[in-house]
Amino acid sequence: MATKEQTKISKDVLFDLHRRMVRIRLLEEAAGQLASEARIPGFIHLYVGEEAVASGGCVALKDEDQISSTHRGHGHLVAKGGEFKPMMAEFMGKATGYCKGKGGSMHISDLDLGMLGANGIVGAGVPIAVGAAFANKYKNNGLVTMAFFGDGSTNIGAFHEAANMACALHLPIVFMCENNEYAEYTPRDRVMAITDVADRAAAYGMPGVIVDGMDVVAVYEAARVAVARARNGEGPSMIECKTYRFYDHAGVSGLGRTYRSDEEVQEWMDRDPIKLFEAQLAKAKVMSEDEASEIHAEIQAEIDEAIEFAENSPLPDPEVDMLTDVYTEAS
Amino acid sequence: MTATETEQRIIRYNDAFNETLAELLREDPDIFIAGEDVGRYGGVFQSFAGLNAEFGDERVVDTPIAEQAIIGLGIGAAAVGLRPIVDLMFMDFVMVSMDQIANQAAKMKYMFGGKAKLPLTITTTGGAGLGAAAQHSQSLEAWLIHVPGLKVVYPSNPYDLKGLLVSCVRDDNPTIFTLHKAMLGSKGHVPEGLYEIPLGQAKIVREGSDATIVAIGKMVSEAEKAAATLAEEGIDVEIIDPRTLLPFDMDTVIQSAKKTNRIVIVHEAVKNGGIGAEISAQIQEQAFDYLDAPVTRVAAPFAPVPFSPALEKSYVPDAESIAKGVRDVLHRNS
Repeated sequence: MATKEQTKISKDVLFDLHRRMVRIRLLEEAAGQLASEARIPGFIHLYVGEEAVASGGCVALKDEDQISSTHRGHGHLVAKGGEFKPMMAEFMGKATGYCKGKGGSMHISDLDLGMLGANGIVGAGVPIAVGAAFANKYKNNGLVTMAFFGDGSTNIGAFHEAANMACALHLPIVFMCENNEYAEYTPRDRVMAITDVADRAAAYGMPGVIVDGMDVVAVYEAARVAVARARNGEGPSMIECKTYRFYDHAGVSGLGRTYRSDEEVQEWMDRDPIKLFEAQLAKAKVMSEDEASEIHAEIQAEIDEAIEFAENSPLPDPEVDMLTDVYTEAS
Repeated sequence: MTATETEQRIIRYNDAFNETLAELLREDPDIFIAGEDVGRYGGVFQSFAGLNAEFGDERVVDTPIAEQAIIGLGIGAAAVGLRPIVDLMFMDFVMVSMDQIANQAAKMKYMFGGKAKLPLTITTTGGAGLGAAAQHSQSLEAWLIHVPGLKVVYPSNPYDLKGLLVSCVRDDNPTIFTLHKAMLGSKGHVPEGLYEIPLGQAKIVREGSDATIVAIGKMVSEAEKAAATLAEEGIDVEIIDPRTLLPFDMDTVIQSAKKTNRIVIVHEAVKNGGIGAEISAQIQEQAFDYLDAPVTRVAAPFAPVPFSPALEKSYVPDAESIAKGVRDVLHRNS
């Protein structure tokens, strides 16, 4: 599977795809654990299961390119270069977090990394991505914007407005759909009369392709084509990645639920994107099991360090921090 | 602060808007304008006439009818370094795009721990008086001043329009700049060249000693007419035009309250939950002991803006209803 493509992809890129996926997975598992112990407050929406989408998409981008994200945004930030310490600190509401503890899991961002923000409003990041893409075209800087969104987002008006506008203005943008088959707790087929989100692309006048969202190489290959198209001034594209959330919409439960069957979850977990990719890499003699384990251990150590950093970090001070950052003061 | 005033150049409110945009576009290549009909057609009120011809499709951009995406376009472009001006044809469309305005533009800086800078200006037209009925006539400033992170501006004359618009566009925060659609043809002195009027600074339009009228947008000129009538009755009113509704220059209002001891607040929006309620609450918090009468509000009745001229005329406050409000706080009504 995908071996033909892999022969064209450098070892560096394959390792990069793998590393980003593992970074996401281990961070998310740790965050889930901390949330279940109430060491992370509030809501948490874990990206476990969907790692191939953010990783495949972001490896196809340059560092200076921008992405927009969703409420399930940790994976996007990690894939775009986010560091564990300020992420973990932000999850815990600490002053050392990416957003000084003011945004939390659902609004985590780093504009310096071109990450335009996780977003608590479904679909709302897509028009913002279109704005960034407009700026890239306006400045003729050769940059591309990738908008990540779920299948549920494509039912909201803002998505349609943004997709149409991007195509009408011929902007350098890639619409990256994570179709995980559930809009929160409602199966896609109860709220959409089509099976494939990619069918919607034609309505706006852009190409839409479907890829296996559990196959990071397939995602990367499709993203590379779409990103090149955007960078060459050929306009927007849509990629629909068929993927799955191993945990619930929010929180750390996943099994024994009424809205989906354990058998279904197990079928998708059997196609775990990291396990699949590691098996491919081992078979192709690109990365041995031992090498993979070492990478996991190295990343886990970095996460453990980040947890310690976050737990020892100061909380924001209501007297000092409540009213700062509401407005930009005149310089 | 102001350009050299070598002559008293009198131009229309709408032309002041157009001229300011042209001068800003010439000055700063990071500024662009986007909105419905703003490009080739020049805007439904011709407020953008000629700009597309001078600056091209890239800088004066026709968009789909898609208010959420229009605001999103401005947010995303501002977040990565441009200085967008995006237009919502009618202020009523604020509600169509409220998520992008209130949840996205307004909160981005705070949610991101201060990293975002959003030099975004949203222009729009508010107010009644043209028979445009319930969905094209509203003044929705109260919806906007409730949102931390926004700035809200409502100029009452061409001179202020220019200076305030320049300040909005140069400001690094999301600002909402409202033209009053029934004032587009009104005229006043406007210097050539760009000048700023600081946001958050009220203007004392008329000094007086017996009562204070705080009036917004088109209500300022109605208050001036009321003041002339009241002067004949021996009542000397002070008129304050806040000009910026968020941040609000409460100091100027409080100073005046301490001087005249009687306040009448006038706005076109419905009285219930309007900006007058907020101003009134702050006056009683800060100057209760100075008041000789309850703070009074003159505002629209609690109904949608009606279509029929017969209804619309009595819906919107005017000089007569304002004068009555002043007489009320002075206990002069027989």
